Amino acid sequence: MIGLRPDLAVIAQHVAPGSKVLDVGCGDGALMLALRDKRGCDARGLEIDPANVAECVAAGLSVIQGDADTDLAFYPDGAVDYAILSQTLQTTMRPRLVLDELLRIGLKAFVSFPNFAHWRVRLSLLWGGRMPVTRQLPVAWYETPNIHFSSIDDFRALVREMDVKVEDAWFLSGNQRRSAAAANLRAEHAIFLLSK
Amino acid sequence: MADPNCQIEMASAILTRSDTFALSAPLTLDCGRMLDGVEVAYETYGTLNPDKSNAVLLSHALTMDQYGASLHPITGKPGWWQRSVGPGLPIDTDRYFVICANVLGGCMGSTGPASLADDGAAYAMRFPVITIRDMVRAQIALLDMLGIERLHAVVGGSMGGMQALSLAANFPERTAAALIIAATARHSAQNIAFHEVGRQAIMADPEWRGGDYYAHGKGPEKGLSVARMAAHITYLSEAGLTDKFGRNLQDRPDGTKGAKTFGFDADFQVESYLRHQGIAFTDRFDANSYLYITRAMDYFDLAEEHGGMLANAFEQSKARFCLVSFDTDWLYPTAESRQIAHSLNAAGKRVSFIELSAPHGHDSFLLDVPALDRVIDGFLKQ
Repeated sequence: MIGLRPDLAVIAQHVAPGSKVLDVGCGDGALMLALRDKRGCDARGLEIDPANVAECVAAGLSVIQGDADTDLAFYPDGAVDYAILSQTLQTTMRPRLVLDELLRIGLKAFVSFPNFAHWRVRLSLLWGGRMPVTRQLPVAWYETPNIHFSSIDDFRALVREMDVKVEDAWFLSGNQRRSAAAANLRAEHAIFLLSK
Repeated sequence: MADPNCQIEMASAILTRSDTFALSAPLTLDCGRMLDGVEVAYETYGTLNPDKSNAVLLSHALTMDQYGASLHPITGKPGWWQRSVGPGLPIDTDRYFVICANVLGGCMGSTGPASLADDGAAYAMRFPVITIRDMVRAQIALLDMLGIERLHAVVGGSMGGMQALSLAANFPERTAAALIIAATARHSAQNIAFHEVGRQAIMADPEWRGGDYYAHGKGPEKGLSVARMAAHITYLSEAGLTDKFGRNLQDRPDGTKGAKTFGFDADFQVESYLRHQGIAFTDRFDANSYLYITRAMDYFDLAEEHGGMLANAFEQSKARFCLVSFDTDWLYPTAESRQIAHSLNAAGKRVSFIELSAPHGHDSFLLDVPALDRVIDGFLKQ
């Protein structure tokens, strides 16, 4: 899985070979291609940006142009083994609803998101008094597509409240793994594998 | 296949073959009638491979015909999809054996209302009312004759997209993929309404004579021309028309520029353009064919054929699907394609859907949209 974004590489390594996958917010299809070509998966995608959809279709992937907030409703229950939402949760209007939908459509769900409680973000806000612009959050507040920021602990609290089971979790700072205990302070990125 | 009347030629480096195929058995139609002696005029481009697995069926739109990638014998203009079909083009004739057949009910060599019935006179309004599925049945007979069990893909825009949907739904074993561009799974009230305006224009022309104009040397050209003008507006976008014509006035024959005549000549360039489109159309299209084909489109409702559930229509299909819509198409707007995509998804089919941005309205599928080329190329190559 060389060349994949670190969170996508983690997901690609942990999807069971030959499984059926829906990648919500699949972007240019990099993860889908890896899953199809290296893991023999039947991968489908949902993507909001038409230029990205055109890239995916041109690469031979099955991708529907649509919006995670509205179009997941059209997918049947238990349609796939894994529903994947990478770096998209924070851009949705109703993150909790989207998580519900993921776990309705997929038997399991991979969710990756940037950790807003990483120490660099905390420092930036504490000392600078300005909304942070970091490696993981590179866009100024007025242009960012991210509308629902959360920390890793926020996410843990939400899945507890939703009665969702955390099957596994990975925490990254760049390419480096971080421990679960230190994650909320030291990880830039979290990846959770969830089930109902 | 070895018909001495068929022509093989190399037109602009595409190996082209033109032929007419006569069905050996009567065609059973949705209206309940049997149609005997059906002929299908078609062209092929490229070469069928030994295991007959590289065939791509191009289904044409309402006013098109089998001349998809060759010069039109009447207008002398390039084929309607010349820009997309050929060596190295998205529908690559070096790779695929492309078949394009005139639809049942058409007027360029396939059996239609202008064809002769058993009594030696043209069918005219005695021709049975046909459906999109009937058109597909004639295409399936052609595939049987060519020995093609399974198409690599069926591709169509507008009414061609309806045929592609119908083929994938009703003959699920016959295609491995379906590419549906700027189409719909059913005609809306607005679609039917525009077609009815066109039909009434034709039938209101005294030269129509209840459809029996063939022996009079002159048909309802005025009516057909008005029908074409009204329909043509629906193929374009408001912004496209504004861009092209705005409120610009025609130059007068005496050289006066941009002056109103305070009369009813074609003062505005858009009027002149539409009049020209209307008149040119009557040179190459039969008015009764226009009635029958628009009727077939109005009757099209793929869900209705399958118990009211569009998803059920595709139950048996193993094909890959790709749906493309255009943001400026108000004839078959994006919502129609999206609904088909959601239905296919619900049926668990492999489906892609994309709304492309193009300024030309419904006709964008025939025009220069580079993203469309990439999508067609990528989808067909799998």
